[in-house]
Amino acid sequence: MAVAGVLHGRVDARRFETNAATRESPWVRRTILGAALAFFALFLLLPLVAVFFEALRKGWGTYLTALSDADALAAIKLTLITALVAVPLNLVFGVAAAWAIAKFQFRGKHFLTTLIDLPFSVSPVIAGLIFVLLFGAQGWFGEWLSAHDIKIVFAVPGIVLATVFVTFPFVARELIPLMEAQGREEEEAATVLGANGFQTFWRVTLPNIKWGLLYGVILCNARAMGEFGAVSVVSGHIRGLTNTMPLHVEILYNEYNFAAAFAVASLLALLALVTLGLKTFIEWKASQAVKETD
Amino acid sequence: MSAVAAFFNPTRQTRVLPGFGLSIGYTLVYLSLLVLIPLSAVFLKSAELSLAQFWDVVTAPRVVASYKLSFGASLLAAAINAVFGLALAWALVRYRFPGKKLIDALVDLPFALPTAVAGIALTALYAGNGWVGSLLEPLGIKVAFTPLGVLVALVFIGVPFVVRTVQPILEDLETELEEAAASLGAHRWTTFRRVILPILTPALLTGFALAFARAVGEYGSVIFIAGNMPMVSEITPLMIITKLEQYDYVGATAIAVVMLVLSFVLLLVINLLQAWSAKATGRNR
Repeated sequence: MAVAGVLHGRVDARRFETNAATRESPWVRRTILGAALAFFALFLLLPLVAVFFEALRKGWGTYLTALSDADALAAIKLTLITALVAVPLNLVFGVAAAWAIAKFQFRGKHFLTTLIDLPFSVSPVIAGLIFVLLFGAQGWFGEWLSAHDIKIVFAVPGIVLATVFVTFPFVARELIPLMEAQGREEEEAATVLGANGFQTFWRVTLPNIKWGLLYGVILCNARAMGEFGAVSVVSGHIRGLTNTMPLHVEILYNEYNFAAAFAVASLLALLALVTLGLKTFIEWKASQAVKETD
Repeated sequence: MSAVAAFFNPTRQTRVLPGFGLSIGYTLVYLSLLVLIPLSAVFLKSAELSLAQFWDVVTAPRVVASYKLSFGASLLAAAINAVFGLALAWALVRYRFPGKKLIDALVDLPFALPTAVAGIALTALYAGNGWVGSLLEPLGIKVAFTPLGVLVALVFIGVPFVVRTVQPILEDLETELEEAAASLGAHRWTTFRRVILPILTPALLTGFALAFARAVGEYGSVIFIAGNMPMVSEITPLMIITKLEQYDYVGATAIAVVMLVLSFVLLLVINLLQAWSAKATGRNR
């Protein structure tokens, strides 16, 4: 779904507008455009603007105080730590899975690809629940963990595990179709010429997949930092200890501290905008690369 | 590792490239540890209930009310997204207008914006004193803290699915088809209905199914705006949370099983739709 974006240059609309056969009458055109833009404004633009408006409603002073609060800083730190662990783990997995699936023929390949996508079909709440069932006080490993004084659920490891689960497919699903499309001739040539596996990957494969890889990492990171449902189930909501930024937003909001809630939320909205900017840039870069090879 | 390799490569073809055993082994271990074994915990835990007990939990009136809301609102949201997503994709591919590149990039906002942020922003907009809510309130329409609020949140998170599945198909559409239809005297609307729509249908249905699947499981953006009144505005994922907060792990798990089974069915349907779409348009993914 997202892959189409990477490999696809946008077509020029003029092609349709100047052709009588592919053009609508002016009022049909105005209706479609009007409906599309109204929908966009109401459901996408307005919520985004509202975040920043509400955040700054009581002025910059309140805004900065909310962000420099000790609990807010702790939440920011935990969010960064979580992403720093979860994203590299799924990056390594994504590369390994894509190498196996795209470069080799084997039985059950299609089924394996479906299994990798599975976490996307599972409700975030269930993603949290499964780790409570495994590591919670009543869980399979609960007794053993408490006997050894290890805390996973309602602590940082649980948050990381839930985040890894919900961001599991991001890198793999970008790389698999990309590496399949590129085939294996280049790598085979390198191997025949005497390169070892690592050299082949580093010098041949990686330059070919770098934009797809970056694309997956950026989307993975955005979800890792923004995940709410799964993390909410395993966090225990201990202020300053197990609150990520989205959970901190919820706590402030439920305390009717709206200005502070939206201040923290505005940081996450900025992250989303940066993510979309980088994503658009990568799509442009990838389409340039495709044009060069054509 | 060689046993693994032998299973996956029954014909024992020669491989030039290295690293198959290592990469497939790592993939399977990581997938099992983080996804398959944890997910199987749900099914095993629910087996602690007898069939009758399981049935009682998943058909309790409050839970049934939550299914109705979750499924009804998700279906309606996906349908709204199918209509307006098609209009948006159409405008982005075929029309020129100011700010088009920006709008194209912002379509993915629901993927990038954390759901909790979307949730509080939509609540602020649609509450009685919000920008949109204050316009609707005099008309007697309450959105925030009603089932209508759930619908609004689910429309928001579903926007990119239909646009991004339909857009590439529209871009690849040959203008010759429409030219042929026009030269044979077909009215523009007839051309759309008889030529373009049949080509778009598989992608449109795929986008619809993806948006629906996402909406059914959605939690973060909904709970703020829903008001969460029992029997009225509680979604099914919230029922799992409620059971967990009462330390009713088995009850939470039973509802999770119902949702997981539905997700797997939807996944199967989506896979079939994508295969159909690829076949109908000659595209791979």
